[in-house]
Parts: sequence; structure tokens; C-alpha cells
Amino acid sequence: MKALRVPTRHVKSWVARLKDKRRILDIKVNVRESKGDCYVVELSGEIDVYTSPKVKDAIGELIDRGVYNLVINLENVRYIDSTGLGVLIGGLKRVREHGGSVNLVCTNPQIRKIFDITGLVKIFGIFDAEDAAMKALA
Amino acid sequence: MNQPLAEGARESLVELRIPCKAEWVALARLSVAAVASRLHFSIEEIEDVKLAVAEACTTAIQHAHGSAYLEIKCEITDGGLRVNVRDSGHTPGPGVVRVRSREEVRVGELGVFLIRSLMDEVTYDVHPEHGTDLVMYKRLPL
Repeated sequence: MKALRVPTRHVKSWVARLKDKRRILDIKVNVRESKGDCYVVELSGEIDVYTSPKVKDAIGELIDRGVYNLVINLENVRYIDSTGLGVLIGGLKRVREHGGSVNLVCTNPQIRKIFDITGLVKIFGIFDAEDAAMKALA
Repeated sequence: MNQPLAEGARESLVELRIPCKAEWVALARLSVAAVASRLHFSIEEIEDVKLAVAEACTTAIQHAHGSAYLEIKCEITDGGLRVNVRDSGHTPGPGVVRVRSREEVRVGELGVFLIRSLMDEVTYDVHPEHGTDLVMYKRLPL
């Protein structure tokens, strides 16, 4: 039986494409300290039933450490579903018990629409820029 | 890029069967979005369909106990796209798919609320023993 030879460059390109796909279906969470006792949770990627536990853990860890004022930046989030919304609502409920708050930064019209449909625009402070979201927490 | 379907190619059927697990929901929503993009939907309407399908799969994963697979059927009609999401698990009853207003909706029911808001027609057929059959329809703009 004749062996099938695949040029190395093709294999490299398949691996690169696969890695790309994995990135599409993932969420990146970057937490950084900001002015005062406020923290920024910067999210990028897609938040769904598979990736939302990672977001929940990151927010939960901050609250456990006594951080009750959060800005969650959704500028680089391409997609969010009800499980993602549930995580944000859960975080808000927890910080409110300690007199804190959560403001969101959201510029993606499709994601903004989901907050509008569900009425969550009335519950969260939603801003176009991180500075404004932080200022409103102060 | 996807080209819109020619007139003769309308009324096609695309079927997908995925494991009833969270990591497969992305495949379902991206596949259905690819089908929707073959029709004359706007980007916003394609996103609506994508989210509705993902919510249907998520609800099944969270509530249909014992369902190994989810069956997703996309039917292209002259007037739009009909998507059928079916599981074969045991469900606690029709409570989770109840119609509620925005003021009454609970966090765990946001998915069903979104499906009803984003799609033009939604029907649930809930069998406690045989699973749930959700049919949703998105009309093409006139």
C-alpha cells in the first residue's frame, strides 16, 4: 500500500487553522486593578454554556477577595447567551450584598440588543467606554 | 463566502446531530448561522437565529436528563427558515418553557424568553418521558 505523503507546510497550516478554531470557541479573561478599590474584568471571545464557568470563576474569585466594585469590559466579546447573562447577574447580586456595584462596557450593538430585550439595561450600568464606567462607580 | 441560494434550491433540509454536551453548542449555532446566511437574512437576523438555536440547545442540556444527543433540523422554506431542536431526555415538565413577560422572567428562564423574543414563531412539544421538540421559525424580510 502506498503511503500518503503530506507536505509539512500543509500540516502546519491545518494545525494553525485548528488552533484558530479553538480560539474562536474560547473566552479570555484578563483581570486588572484600577483606581481606588475597583477592578476591571476584561473579557474577549464568546460567552456561552461552555465558556461561562471560566467567567463565573474569575468574578467569584474577586468577590471572595473582597472586591465589590467591578467594571466588566465586554468590548471584545463577540457573543453572549443567557448563561453569560446569568453569570453577570449572579456577580451583581453578590456585590450588591456588600454595597458594591457592577458596570459594563459594551459597544457591540448585537450584545447591547440582548441587554435591551431582557430588560437588563435597567439593572446594569452600561457604558461605551471604560473611563465612564469607572467614573460612575466612584 | 456563502452565496445566497438560487430560487430552485429552496426548500432544502439540513440535519445535524450533536452530543448533548456544552462543548458542542458552538458547532450547532455556527452551523445554523451558516445555513441562515445562505438566505437573504440580514447580519442581525442571522445573529438572532444563531442565539435562538444556542439557547434551545443550552436549555436541552440543562433540563433534558438522559438525552445523549440533540437533533437539529433546518428547513429552508420560501418564506424563511424553520429550525427544529429535539432532545430525547426526561424533562421536569413544561414549566421551563412557560411564556412569561419581561418583568416576570427569572434568570433560569432567560434562554426561553430570548428564543420567544428573537424568532417569529415558537412552539414547544414537551413529553416528560420522550423529550422536547422545539420548532422555531424566522421569516425572511419582505
